[in-house]
This record gives sequence, structure tokens and C-alpha cells, in this order.
Amino acid sequence: MKTLAVLGAGTGGTIVANRMRKRLGKDWRVVVVDPRDQHLYQPGLLFLPFGRYEPEELLRARKDTFRSGVEWLRSEVVGIDGEARRVEFAEGEPLSYDLLVVASGVRLRPDLTEGLTGPGWREKVFDFYSLEGASALRAALSTFEGGRLVLNVVENPIKCPVAPLEFLFLADEYFTRRGVRDRVELVYATPLDAAFTKPQAAKKLGYLLEEKKVHLVTEFMTSEVDGAAGHLRSYDEREEPFDLLVTIPTHSGAAFVERSQLGDELAFLPTDPHTLRSKNIPGAFVVGDATDLPTSKAGSVAHFEAEVVCDNLLLAAKGEEPEPLFDGHANCFVETGWGKALLLDFNYETEPLPGRFPTPWGPFTLLEESRRNHWGKLAFHWLYWNALLPGRPLPVEARMSLTGKELPQETTEQPERAEA
Amino acid sequence: MPTKTYAGVEVPVDDEGYLTDSSRWNREVGQAIAEELGLELTDEHWKLIDFARSDYAERGQTPGLRRMAANTGVGMKDIYRLFPKGPGKLIAKVAGVPKPKSCI
Ligand SMILES: Cc1cc2nc3c(=O)[nH]c(=O)nc-3n(C[C@H](O)[C@H](O)[C@H](O)COP(=O)(O)OP(=O)(O)OC[C@H]3O[C@@H](n4cnc5c(N)ncnc54)[C@H](O)[C@@H]3O)c2cc1C
Repeated sequence: MKTLAVLGAGTGGTIVANRMRKRLGKDWRVVVVDPRDQHLYQPGLLFLPFGRYEPEELLRARKDTFRSGVEWLRSEVVGIDGEARRVEFAEGEPLSYDLLVVASGVRLRPDLTEGLTGPGWREKVFDFYSLEGASALRAALSTFEGGRLVLNVVENPIKCPVAPLEFLFLADEYFTRRGVRDRVELVYATPLDAAFTKPQAAKKLGYLLEEKKVHLVTEFMTSEVDGAAGHLRSYDEREEPFDLLVTIPTHSGAAFVERSQLGDELAFLPTDPHTLRSKNIPGAFVVGDATDLPTSKAGSVAHFEAEVVCDNLLLAAKGEEPEPLFDGHANCFVETGWGKALLLDFNYETEPLPGRFPTPWGPFTLLEESRRNHWGKLAFHWLYWNALLPGRPLPVEARMSLTGKELPQETTEQPERAEA
Repeated sequence: MPTKTYAGVEVPVDDEGYLTDSSRWNREVGQAIAEELGLELTDEHWKLIDFARSDYAERGQTPGLRRMAANTGVGMKDIYRLFPKGPGKLIAKVAGVPKPKSCI
């Protein structure tokens, strides 16, 4: 009997385990490891602070997310011994594997910023990337009658890099509906030099910050947060006062990656960008937010990577070399408020472009607001539980397609690809 | 696409003056870009520039400041002393690699 071990049963790990159970023969065990009883639908955390979901609506019992035949081990991984091909746990016997998939996502690290979890934490300083944070923020927003709300991205990379902007756009709608918008100042403090850093996105979306009256503070690298006094300080000694701080804390990989000394300075795993093979753990692949790849950390990316990893696991099970199939594809809806959203579709080579994204339900608009996009984003909640996690096919290819996209002048050297 | 000439080498640049072809860079080009930005380069500066280049070549993305600090031993405060006013962008510009970006 051989063993495929999958570490982490979030978006990527669950898809891989469910698909591989169908694809591997009876001579393989598929063992997935995750210590938490419930699976959280993270995209819902964006809407929770505005009262659009109840926390229970975003959770499912983890045991119900696996296909029959997948073995779930409810343990916390504390180490990987790559040479011995063994996973170690806080308690219990180690697990030996023949093939391994690391899908342990990210950890939020407010502890890495001085003062962030000090006075005011979860009173006037909140994150919304965790269920606890988003729930506490919801209560705080409902009684916020006016003042300066600062959203600060401490440092990149973060998962779902558009979520901070979406939060501000939804906050604009939320405070307008509550009739206090003119008393609320919305501020976006980012370490980058613009809100939109890619040329086409900047051109098509620059109007949004102005329309939503979001004040932009750029190149702000947070060194320190003083919750009691209500200000953030940057390394170049600028100060931003706040009445309410919404922070996107530093992200790092799992603690066991750090302990086993397998990751980079933030415990992300060195991964081959096209085969998704681990660069330093023999017989292992990496999926989702845990990688160090130069594409977005997003559920859509975890999904496309999972498809590639499944193909490559089958090759590896036969003793063959993996194929360089992954192109960095990401596909993300961006809520802009008032029932509209836009869609981004890009990969390692191609920046987000305007145009149409065809689907069986009609085209979504790329880099352009529409109601259909908003419904697409909401419908994804149902698809997530009922199609994506069980490993059923979705009408979006793992590799990016140029169909429907409008190429800017300078990149039209390959028109035959544009028509493909 | 606009071009600029540094140390006698003609290099293609984007609208903000970042090299669009990192392979056209050499140390004299880096030196000339730094002079244009009013920076006097010391060994500590070069540690950061060299790391940004080798890391970009290996991973296809410009390293963030935390990654540079961790891999060069130059602390965050010192990075800001060496490249005041936006070290992320300044290091990228001198090293001939793209400025730090988001997906959008
Ligand atoms: C507010 C918000 C909005 C978002 N919106 C979108 C969106 O609209 N579209 C989109 O595509 N993506 C979105 N995302 C991002 C998306 O949720 C993640 O990128 C995706 O879930 C990544 O999948 P993953 O499998 O890599 O990690 P995760 O789904 O986070 O799963 C990691 C799993 O590993 C487990 N684990 C961790 N440590 C250990 C250990 N030591 N031992 C065993 N198991 C462990 C965890 O318990 C967890 O279940 C959003 C995220 C947030 C926070």
C-alpha cells in the first residue's frame, strides 16, 4: 500500500485529496491532515463586517468536505523529514508517505509588527482576514458614527491582494446607506506606490478611488502601531492618525515549515513555478498560498494549481517526470459596491487586460464594473462547496486564455494567440 | 518604448524610468542610475543591489524589503538610511529590475 499525504485541507488541499481519491488506484491511501474541525469559506470574510453574512453561513463541518475513501487525520503537522519521507505531528505516530502535497496556506502574523496586538487590538484595531477579526470588526462598524478609518496593508505578499480595496469600496456603500458617509474619512495606506500598479488596471480603474472618496497614502511601510494614541508610524517616520484601524497583517507560511527550515524568510516554500514541485522536499508538490510563486495568493490560483498538481502526482506515481503545466493563472472578482463587481484574469506573463471573459452563463466584464460580475462573485459561494471542493469540473480552464481580451498596442506581436 | 543611455549603454526603460530588460544592466549602468538619483553607492548599498538582482534572476520577482533585510544582514532602519524616500523603488531602479507591484 502506498500513501499520498496532503498537509492542510483548505481550498487547495481538499481539491487535491478529493480528485486524487478518484484518480489513484486502490493500492494508494489518500491521507489529508488538518487539525481544525471546520472549513471556512474565506471570500465571505469580506462581506461579514458589513452584516451581509452570518459567521455560521461561512463554515462547514470539515468531515463533510471529503469524498468517501479520503482519510482525514485531525492532527497538527509540526515537521517534515524530507529525507525519511515522514510527516511529524504534535501527538501520535509520524506518517510515512510516498508522495506529498503541502497545502498549509498562510498564517496571519500581527505579532511581527510592533504594537499591533497591543492596546486597542480588537477594540479599535481589527483585521478581517480571520473569522474572529471580521466578527469583531462587524460590531465595531455598526456603532462607528464618524472619524478616520485607515486600512493598512503592512507588507506584501498577502492573500487576495484586491480584498483591501474591495473592503474600502464596500465601506463607502455601507456608511452611505447608514447616512454617516460625510463624517467618515476612508484612507488606504499601502506599501506600494499606487493603488493600481499594473498599467492597464491603472488606466481602467484609476477613477474608482476618486469616485468612492478613498484617500490614498503610498509607500507606507508600517514600523509601529500605537492603538492607545491611535496612530501608525512608518519606517520613514511618517504618522497616520486613525479612529479605527483595519489592518492586513504580515502573512507567513506555516510554523512547521519554519521549524523544518524548508521555507524562505517568511516560511513560504520554494516551488518550481511551472511544475509546482517543491525545490527542496523530495517527492513533494506545493499548492496554494504556501508557495513562494510570483502570482496571487487566491482561491482561484489554488484551484488551478491543484489541477496541475493532480496531473503531476499521477505522473510521479508512475515514476515519470512532472510536466511544466502551470502558467500563474489567477481569476478574481473585485467587488466595487452597490451591487457591482469587476473581473481580473491574468497569469505570469499577461497583466490583467480589459475585454470579455466568456462563460456558459454569459460573458463577465474584465476590468469593468457590471452587475453580472457581482452575481458571479456571490454564486461562487455555492459553487465552492458543491463543485470546487468535491473536485467537479468548473467552466474555467487551469491555463489562462486570451479569448475575449483586448491586447494593448505593444503586446500584439502574437495575433495568432489572441484569436486562439 | 523609450530608451536611456547610462555609462554609454542604451537601455530600454518604461514610463517611470525602470529598465524593462534586466539583462542589459551592468555595474556601471547601476552606478550611473544611482548618480542620477543623487545616491552615492557604498558597499552596503551594493549588498542590497546585488541581492535584488540575483533574487530577481532566480525567482522572477523583485524581493520585498523584509526579504532583502533577511538575506543581506542590512537591517530595515539601515535600508531606509541608505535609500531614503522609498528604498523598494530606489533599489529596483538602480538594480535594473521591475518596481514592486501588486497583481492589479
Ligand atoms: C477576506 C478574504 C477574501 C478572499 N476572497 C477571495 C476571492 O474572492 N477569490 C479568491 O480566489 N480567493 C479569495 N481569498 C483567498 C483564498 O481564500 C485563499 O487564497 C485560499 O483559501 C488558499 O487556499 P490554500 O489551500 O492555499 O489555503 P487555505 O484554504 O487557507 O487552507 C490552509 C489549510 O491548512 C491548514 N493548516 C495550517 N497549518 C497546518 C498544520 N500545521 N497542520 C495541518 N494543517 C494545517 C489550515 O487549517 C487550513 O485548513 C480570500 C481570502 C480572504 C482572507
